[in-house]
Amino acid sequence: MSALAMTYIFILAIFAGVEVIGRVPTVLHTPLMSGANAIHGIVLIGGVYVLGMAGGNPYLKIMGFLAVVLGTLNVVGGFVVTDRMLEMFKVRKNKGHEAK
Amino acid sequence: MSMVEFSYLIASLLFLVGLKRLSSPATARSGNLIAAVGMGAALGGTFLVNGMANLPLILAAIALGTVPGWYLARTVKMTSMPQMVSLFNGMGGACALLISLSEMLKLPPVAVYSVTDPLKTFAQCAPIILGIIFGAISFTGSIVAFGKLQGLITEKPVRWPFQKILNILLVCCIVYYSYGLAHYGMITSVGLENNPRMMWMGILAMLSLILGISQVLPIGGADMPVVISVLNSCTGLAAALTGFSMNNMAMIIAGTLVGAAGSFLTLLMCNAMNRSLANVLFGSFGGGAAAGAAAGGDTGLVMKEVSTSEAAILMGYGRRVIIIPGYGLAVAQAQHLVHELDELLEKRGVEVKYAIHPVAGRMPGHMNVLLAEANVPYPKLIDMEEINAEFSQSDVALVIGANDVVNPAARTDTSSPIYGMPILDADKSKNIIVMKRGKGVGFAGIENNLFFDPKTRMLFGDAKKMLQELVTEVKAL
Repeated sequence: MSALAMTYIFILAIFAGVEVIGRVPTVLHTPLMSGANAIHGIVLIGGVYVLGMAGGNPYLKIMGFLAVVLGTLNVVGGFVVTDRMLEMFKVRKNKGHEAK
Repeated sequence: MSMVEFSYLIASLLFLVGLKRLSSPATARSGNLIAAVGMGAALGGTFLVNGMANLPLILAAIALGTVPGWYLARTVKMTSMPQMVSLFNGMGGACALLISLSEMLKLPPVAVYSVTDPLKTFAQCAPIILGIIFGAISFTGSIVAFGKLQGLITEKPVRWPFQKILNILLVCCIVYYSYGLAHYGMITSVGLENNPRMMWMGILAMLSLILGISQVLPIGGADMPVVISVLNSCTGLAAALTGFSMNNMAMIIAGTLVGAAGSFLTLLMCNAMNRSLANVLFGSFGGGAAAGAAAGGDTGLVMKEVSTSEAAILMGYGRRVIIIPGYGLAVAQAQHLVHELDELLEKRGVEVKYAIHPVAGRMPGHMNVLLAEANVPYPKLIDMEEINAEFSQSDVALVIGANDVVNPAARTDTSSPIYGMPILDADKSKNIIVMKRGKGVGFAGIENNLFFDPKTRMLFGDAKKMLQELVTEVKAL
């Protein structure tokens, strides 16, 4: 893909990123930050590329391995922590319905 | 379109839908799951890439990251969430740094493409170099933020002489080494020993790591949420940059989405505190704090203590009580006791509401999450704008471990570092009861005149212990 096409996508994604969370209530700031944090764990697949394509190069192997470990930590930790935060909102909501 | 490209397309769509759903309470949890599914799709697709080798190693590394990630995320206390997010964010930054370094090692020397096409060389180099810089900054920055919130490093701003000048010098060095890496480093071939490219690259990474530390250390603990949000978008940007260098659409889109959404969220947080981002990042509290503290001392006013039984009477025979939770409540893990007190008071016919300041606790929404955990019904949590009109009709404002968000100096004292920050007007209530661990100043290091107000009574002690006593006293009424 050409650098120009990637730049177009980059610019459009900036607008999409802002628009998509446009009117988020304060209550959700922390979970949203945490969820976004998990999504940038996409670097994990970059790590997989490095390790998978490292061939016999020991330096690339070590760096790729570390990158995959750290990226996985980011992804798994990020999504699980976010889910735990949001779980509580759900508990509260159910109670609310029961009360009604 | 190959299966790999298709999986990235699906992943990108799921990330977009996931983020969208994350920004509304009813759909947030499913949004997070959808984004996680997108991540699975992107990862699965990557395994199908032609020439992907070292599969056992990859799976081992994934397992090695999954276990502690899962364990930490499941066992961390709700109060420690912010630093956990910061820690995971730092891991992502480190990952982007390592990838960029690897990509840099793999780039063939410039002569191989064409010295006559500098734009192409630039397009190849720039994302990698920026990826190194941003990845490194968000790695060490997040670790420092984690340390500050976890209490491993002092929460107070750390200062040293010529701080700003040194940081500017550091940035200049980073610019110089980026140029050096692009200009001299690229001419040499890919060997690993005695290679100038390794040297330029290594020093550039080192300088960026140091900048991450020296930029976050001088910022006070109270501003860490904003810092984490900034670093979050920083890692997003680093992810997008590595996507550029690897020609990977999923990484570009996901990284950019997070970078943009994170920046927007940062601005929302700054707005809530009525401060500019530059003020948070470069003008940390400090000089002004001393002045504020002196003002409090000069007036010669004293704080008035109150017994729990007296406090119980004030609340139990009042008509309206507004509870203002702060970080002290979170630290003491007393959210369930607050709910118990609230139920006891409601049984006596007292109307109880919670006033939620947008930045109460260590992160926006922190208090909502905590109180939700204790099953406090959602409609009782009232936002600042709405509740401020009600303080004048309330009999008691019960401040639990909150300080700066109820400091009237923000309204009146132009010399105060928090002047202009919107606050909860607790001082307009008929009585104010402040539950506080000690006589010290708040997180921002500023003396609070509310505590010296003639209408204010202080309850010194751990929030959990004091609430327990209050509950017993209210029961006995």
